[in-house]
Amino acid sequence: MFMIFQKKEANIDASLYQGQSKVKEIWRRLRKSKGAMIGLIMLVVMAVALLGAPLFVSYDSAINQDFSLMLAKPCKEHFFGNDGYGRDIFARIIYGGRTSIGIALLATVASCIVGSMLGAIAGFFGGAVDNVIMRSLDIFMSVPDILFTMAVVYALGASFTNLIVALTLAYFTNYVRLVRSEVLTLSEQDYVEASKAGGAGGLRIILSHIIPNAVGVIIVNTTLNVAKIILYESTLSFLGLGMPSPTPEWGQMLSESREFMRNAPHLMIFPALAIVITACSINLVGDGLRDALDPHLKS
Amino acid sequence: METLKNTNPILEIEDLSVVYETDLETVRAVNGISMKIEKGKTLGLVGETGAGKTTTALSILRLLPENTGKILGGEIRFDGKNLLELPEEKLREIRGNAISMVFQDPMSALNPVYTVGDQIGEAIKFHNSHLTKEEIEERVEEMLKLVGIVPSRKVEYPHQFSGGMKQRVVIAMALCCEPDLLVADEPTTALDVTIQAQVLAMVSDLRDRLGTSMLMITHDLGIVAKTCDNVCIMYAGKIIEAGTVEDIFTGDRHHPYTEGLFGSIPNLKVKSSRLKPIAGLMPDPTDLPKGCEFAPRCEKCMEICKENKPEIYTEGAHQFYCHLFGKQGKEQAMTEGGGRDE
Amino acid sequence: MNKEERIPLLETRDLKKYFKTGAGMLHAVDSINIKLYEGETIGVVGESGCGKSTLGRTILKLIEPTSGDIIFNGQNISKLGTRAMRQLRTEMQIIFQDPYSSLDPRKSVIEIISEYMMIHRIYRTRREAYNRAAELMELVGLARRYADVYPHELDGGRRQRIGVARALSLNPKFIVCDEPVSALDVSIQAQILNLLMDLQEELNLAYMFVTHDLSVVKHISDNIMVMYLGTCVEFASSDALFEKPLHPYTQALLAAIPEPTLESRNHPFKLIKGEVSSPIDPKPGCRFARRCEHCMARCTEETPEYIETLPGHFVACHMVNGK
Repeated sequence: MFMIFQKKEANIDASLYQGQSKVKEIWRRLRKSKGAMIGLIMLVVMAVALLGAPLFVSYDSAINQDFSLMLAKPCKEHFFGNDGYGRDIFARIIYGGRTSIGIALLATVASCIVGSMLGAIAGFFGGAVDNVIMRSLDIFMSVPDILFTMAVVYALGASFTNLIVALTLAYFTNYVRLVRSEVLTLSEQDYVEASKAGGAGGLRIILSHIIPNAVGVIIVNTTLNVAKIILYESTLSFLGLGMPSPTPEWGQMLSESREFMRNAPHLMIFPALAIVITACSINLVGDGLRDALDPHLKS
Repeated sequence: METLKNTNPILEIEDLSVVYETDLETVRAVNGISMKIEKGKTLGLVGETGAGKTTTALSILRLLPENTGKILGGEIRFDGKNLLELPEEKLREIRGNAISMVFQDPMSALNPVYTVGDQIGEAIKFHNSHLTKEEIEERVEEMLKLVGIVPSRKVEYPHQFSGGMKQRVVIAMALCCEPDLLVADEPTTALDVTIQAQVLAMVSDLRDRLGTSMLMITHDLGIVAKTCDNVCIMYAGKIIEAGTVEDIFTGDRHHPYTEGLFGSIPNLKVKSSRLKPIAGLMPDPTDLPKGCEFAPRCEKCMEICKENKPEIYTEGAHQFYCHLFGKQGKEQAMTEGGGRDE
Repeated sequence: MNKEERIPLLETRDLKKYFKTGAGMLHAVDSINIKLYEGETIGVVGESGCGKSTLGRTILKLIEPTSGDIIFNGQNISKLGTRAMRQLRTEMQIIFQDPYSSLDPRKSVIEIISEYMMIHRIYRTRREAYNRAAELMELVGLARRYADVYPHELDGGRRQRIGVARALSLNPKFIVCDEPVSALDVSIQAQILNLLMDLQEELNLAYMFVTHDLSVVKHISDNIMVMYLGTCVEFASSDALFEKPLHPYTQALLAAIPEPTLESRNHPFKLIKGEVSSPIDPKPGCRFARRCEHCMARCTEETPEYIETLPGHFVACHMVNGK
């Protein structure tokens, strides 16, 4: 009858329960998802190609103009053919990827961190803090994104860093709204109150309970954003506010290809494919990661 | 006292088995149960979460989730007709008309954008298309009065009603076509005790006045004692003990699970220092024990219980699904000295 | 033992908590006076919306009281700031009603149980905290193989045991149990009640047991307070209250319990009419008056005083105290 104190098990060393295994656990779950693995492999291949670019293509071939090769079709020497200025498209894709993905990733990460923190603070503390943050946000959001970005780039000048700043400023607002609403729901949960009852302060609760529980939504949004930002960059390039010529960049390549679309479609196809494949791989990994982080789906 | 056999049952369930199938697993929710509800009587179906009570109720009206819920076998006879073989159109006539249901959560049964009067009127119209608008209005007011709500409140929306009042509206909707059988699935669990008392008193009163038969599903033995004539106790998809309310509450021979249930309730009359709970948990319905479902938690578990499923043993109207009441069980209990004192 | 000589572990004086709403002031907790001694249990009973959960949270200062004093262990904590309260959190804890929402779904069992110890840096290393958490798991009857499991993989009873282990992790003297068993099945409910009572005996804990279930409260409490719309209508020892309830509301509440015996079968329910009225800006007078069968003119005009009618038995009712 007296069940409660009866269960004595062998004294297992508590080191079994160390937290480091968490990363391993997540990795184990991530590996089970086929999509995520395909995406991850593609990303790794891309990362290697982009980072190791100088080893197999020279930057010169990406920017040197050779009018004898103008609009040349793909061939052995130039896998993806040549563009309207006779530049090697393969080299431009590789080096363009460095700029495009670099900017997109950094801008996404920056907007995610800034936006999530602000959103979490606004949602968790509420009241005056919430009001100040959200009303300033309204000001940001009342200006159209594209105008706002253009203004920033125009004021600061087009460069790698300035583009990141401009794109971050355009995109972090999404995160603030998203995370704030998520936090408002999560702070109602009893476990947040339990943590307060245990003496936890606001920052601790945000970092250890709220962000981990909001992480799924944040990740999905982030992976979608990377692709969006790559396209946004191309819009800026189109308006002449992207990376200054002749630096290769995917969006810019895409907008340049327009005039040759009928005669030399490969000018458009390859950068477009590059954008699509990157976006897909990141989304696949993002989906897998969201599931792997959620213990509910642990099997 | 009437026994179960020689009366005219309105609903008979025989050897009903229901599973929920998904790609990953098969949940054995109901495993061959039989029960009868006599005309004008109330049968209490008692059990804990996951015992299969709600599944049984949903099977009666074939309302199981379409993709996963499957009735494997058995018969459910209502007024002599096997409901499991009835075509869908015929069944629709029975639902709400001859058999209606009340669920635990009144809010989910009411549509928030229509007034209460409209919703009751809708239910009346659905089964009595010949009635005129005025006649329907009249019936709505009559029904509201019946469940103790001022008829003038019919123009209000569900959110303007409190929990107990909402449940009354739901009951009014269920009773508006004067069904022969009312299936009430935990109708008062979401309510406070004083409101629960009001609703139970009302339901009992209506039942007596309209002569409705009732299946009362609950986990509260107190409600059973107050409202039911016959009782079935369910555990892991089996009815482990059944009988009249007197058999269950005053009889001296019980299934060990029934004893455990009673031992778990704090007694209001006697001051006791400790409760006597049932150790352990309900078995996993995807992986039920080979022998008796209750064996892993049973204090009186014998060898035979782990190996073979018990049969149903009867003493008058009192039924047991337990080896202790079988011949073999009695013998084994004697030799092992672990049986009950008799 | 003579209570007058003992110092209560917890005392509230005229404790009030009002919430501002669009319609006016919501009187969630109104003038509550409690004395709770070490190792004892006070049961707080009432229907939904009577303010019993708010009372528990206000005492723990998870909600700031509007006015009144909370004296814990001789110290008036009602005015203490968040920082000072943080230290006191080790001595007063809470067990929640819902074993599903009270545990972070992203944390494993051992992480949940050791969270409070990590917050207060009781141990230097995570490992020591985990060792203690493993001991606590044993204390509340959870097998250690569940240490790395996530809450959603466990049933309600086991999850509630995690909640109990977490509450015990800082060795508190006082625990608010906010409906800890109402989400559980009867047989599991009995297991948890037994566990709580064993722990009380072993660790000399004081409980404030908030519930709507009268049979549970009778079983576990030494004293019981009955709340109605934010006010305390009756307070007495558990036995006295059940034997001789004085307030009409308590009587109605007791009469409404369906008892699992056949004796009560033929007595019809003794019903009280109506439902709980709004706690927003209540008018003077007894708050139960509108539902009370003994309601007199005085009841709607004058708020009844909360008086010790019999030794140790407090009632707020004109009818009882007027005699």
